[in-house]
Amino acid sequence: MTGGTEMGKFQLITKGLIKENPTFVLLLGMCPTLATTTSAINGMSMGLATMFVLVLSNMAISLIAPYVPDKVRIPSYIVVIATFVTVLELVMKAYVPDVYETLGLFIPLIVVNCIVLGRAEAFANKNNVIDSALDGLGIGLGFTVSLTVLGLVREILGNLSIFDWKFAGSDGILAFVLAPGAFLALGYLIVIFRKLTSKKAE
Amino acid sequence: MDKLLVSPSPHLHAKTSTTSLMRDVVIAMLPAVAVSVLFYGWSELLILGVSVASCVLLEYLITKYLLKRPCTVGDWSAAVTGVLLALNLPATTPWWVVLIGAIVAIGVAKMTFGGIGQNLFNPAIAGRVFLLISFPTYMTDWTRPQGFIGNGLDAMTGATPLGMVKEGGISAVADLDYLDMLFHNIGGSAGELSALAILAGFVYLLVRRVIKPYITLSILATVAIFSGIFWAVNPAEYTDPLFNLLTGGLLLGSVFMATDYVTSPMSNLGGVIFGVGIGVLTMLIRYFGAYPEGVSFAILIMNSTVPLINKWCHSRKYGRA
Repeated sequence: MTGGTEMGKFQLITKGLIKENPTFVLLLGMCPTLATTTSAINGMSMGLATMFVLVLSNMAISLIAPYVPDKVRIPSYIVVIATFVTVLELVMKAYVPDVYETLGLFIPLIVVNCIVLGRAEAFANKNNVIDSALDGLGIGLGFTVSLTVLGLVREILGNLSIFDWKFAGSDGILAFVLAPGAFLALGYLIVIFRKLTSKKAE
Repeated sequence: MDKLLVSPSPHLHAKTSTTSLMRDVVIAMLPAVAVSVLFYGWSELLILGVSVASCVLLEYLITKYLLKRPCTVGDWSAAVTGVLLALNLPATTPWWVVLIGAIVAIGVAKMTFGGIGQNLFNPAIAGRVFLLISFPTYMTDWTRPQGFIGNGLDAMTGATPLGMVKEGGISAVADLDYLDMLFHNIGGSAGELSALAILAGFVYLLVRRVIKPYITLSILATVAIFSGIFWAVNPAEYTDPLFNLLTGGLLLGSVFMATDYVTSPMSNLGGVIFGVGIGVLTMLIRYFGAYPEGVSFAILIMNSTVPLINKWCHSRKYGRA
């Protein structure tokens, strides 16, 4: 058990935002990142949905980890994650059907999101419940912020709108709403992110 | 000079440099530029001006302020990209769309990869394709503005021959005159106006030994053979080889853009493989794709295979099996 001090607990949350940002540094979960960030709201919904699963699965896995045989740990983790994804899917279908419609297939696909399984493997099965929850929260926040920023950039350039509020009447640069724009925007955001964080380190 | 320089052979030095080669490419494009300005008039001049100026300026700004490296504007390569981009756009393109195209061409496709010599994709083609998927309305508006030599009308609208085939089948182009296409009279991007002007540039490049003919000829031959087979089997459904050679951006693309040094294979055999690939992809898109024209997509796709082709067709060392 590598539980931290009080300072460490705070860092558990902030490291997901910058040092271990899942999108811009670890480059994990690229599939939903590229596919669902056509607008800021879509990106944010996807991030929040993933964060929900991340926090709960991290907590559950840190609790069951001591009792799961090593050989079958990955299938067991997947079952735990799939349970929470199903819960999320049903809740979203019931309360936010619009968002559920837009994200569509990418909600069930959270099961195979490598961030979720990655945190289970790398963190939750070695740490206690509270630390694991905070870790899930931090990484989830990092994912949400990154996806929102990426969605915002694509929305501003591609649709000339901010959080669905159109600031100009005409059409934007359509490519940014399409797949090529996702790669371009993500690439340049990574460049900017690296530039900013490397300056900070100096 | 007390230094003794020891270097491996060959010791022959050619006077060609990037600058002289690029200048020759600009000269070779002049006939096509002249024809497009004559027939499209001021609007074409404006596009050319915006495109060249913004490409050169962007390269200057990026090398100087972002990369902080010696400026590479002097080698004319940015100017070549600018002219090519302008020739690839309809004459009615608004200036700010041209500017966005230049930003993508120079900023994204060229400088992001490290500038001249390191770009994977042809900058002008990348700019054009980006505009094509971003602004489909502007990029397929084939209104023909009044040029300096004209037909007395203020403006003429019309689809390109390839667009007509996509919309109305082969009967839509039954009364097109191939002589018109050869000289000046087809709708399309500015540089697609006259096949003859582009061929003149091709001959100049060959005579000056700026390019080798393998890539261009293998593209044209592949297109002719591919469409020839389909046309022979079913002339009521598919367009004939001559039509496919003269329409769209095929000549412009195969002469000026597929032959770009940086983004084409180094060996002759590689060039032929590259050309055949472009020809087949172009015809597949023209006959079966959603877009009427596929030359720019074909060149972009084949650009991405160039490192593989180079690896496969590298020259063997003399004396080794």
